[in-house]
Amino acid sequence: MSTALIVILGGAIVTYLTRIGGHLVLTRFERVHPRVQAGLDAVPAAVLTTLVAPAVLEGGPNEWAAFVIAVLAGLRVSIIWMVVIGTLSLIVLRQLTG
Amino acid sequence: MAGKRLPDDSMTPRLLFLEGMRRGLPVILTAGPFGALFGALSIDAGMNVTETVLMSATIFAGASQLVGLNLFGQHIPAWIIVLSIFAVNFRHILYSASVGRHIRHWSWLRQAIGFFFLVDPSYAETERRVEQGEDIQFSWYMGLSFIVYVGWVGLTWLGAILGNFLEDSHIWGIDFMLPIYFMGLLMGFRRRSFWLPVVVVSAATSILASETIGSPWHVSIGAAAGILLAVLFSPSGKDKEPEDFESAEGQRKPQTGGG
Repeated sequence: MSTALIVILGGAIVTYLTRIGGHLVLTRFERVHPRVQAGLDAVPAAVLTTLVAPAVLEGGPNEWAAFVIAVLAGLRVSIIWMVVIGTLSLIVLRQLTG
Repeated sequence: MAGKRLPDDSMTPRLLFLEGMRRGLPVILTAGPFGALFGALSIDAGMNVTETVLMSATIFAGASQLVGLNLFGQHIPAWIIVLSIFAVNFRHILYSASVGRHIRHWSWLRQAIGFFFLVDPSYAETERRVEQGEDIQFSWYMGLSFIVYVGWVGLTWLGAILGNFLEDSHIWGIDFMLPIYFMGLLMGFRRRSFWLPVVVVSAATSILASETIGSPWHVSIGAAAGILLAVLFSPSGKDKEPEDFESAEGQRKPQTGGG
């Protein structure tokens, strides 16, 4: 089996487990310890940060400028526009610095 | 229930299905572009059109698909990619626990099918409907899911076809779209307590790990550092009696748009 197929089918299985798992498991417990809850709350921010920080650092001045523009835009507009504005900025910057 | 609207009882499954579809329309308009983006990027990452469409059809969770794709493009071992997809989708466990209470009257087979389609916006729509005092009927839920699912998979396919035509991804900034997109998702959580310390620690740790140990370990090590910090030091984790699960989950705002 190819790596792509393992990733796809494995990803599908673990994703389905998260979707049915909460109903099957968590509802059996009435309480979640607050420290566990605090850890669970931090999961998305922690995972996403690791996908952003090294990738941005690896870029150059063009990428850093586009990133700052995108973050500033993201404070005001929805995520889809943030991606559009950030990417357009990068296209222009790369054209200018060639 | 007193708050329940009367016409509800006279609605046929067909009408409920259509009503669900109507609620799904704005969802697919906002989440759809990410399906197309995923399709276009997956070709760039080295997947073919069939694999791309299969991934959208079986995983059906936008943010995690893009994370998986990002790691796949870096030739990281499959089990680590699957683990990362699991980590990104972990939030579904909370949706599942919450929605499960509203669909207890469905047969187990319908429940098993329903949970497959439980994405962020359908969670939000379901909770909204419960809030209005309506029942969650299988027909309504499947109408909502149908349009979101068909839209997501269809737009992925369109994006993949388009991606085949983009020869130079560097010129079009495609290589940097994912970090911007992930940053956007990350900013969506910024009002959550203890967000900044987690981000700072995970950022520093992941950069350090990628410079020393190298990819792919920066993902798990960086994430573990941030989560551990929150477990140990988050103000929501101490000075309180253990919270009731339902009230803790009521404070959680579902993310929309990520799929």
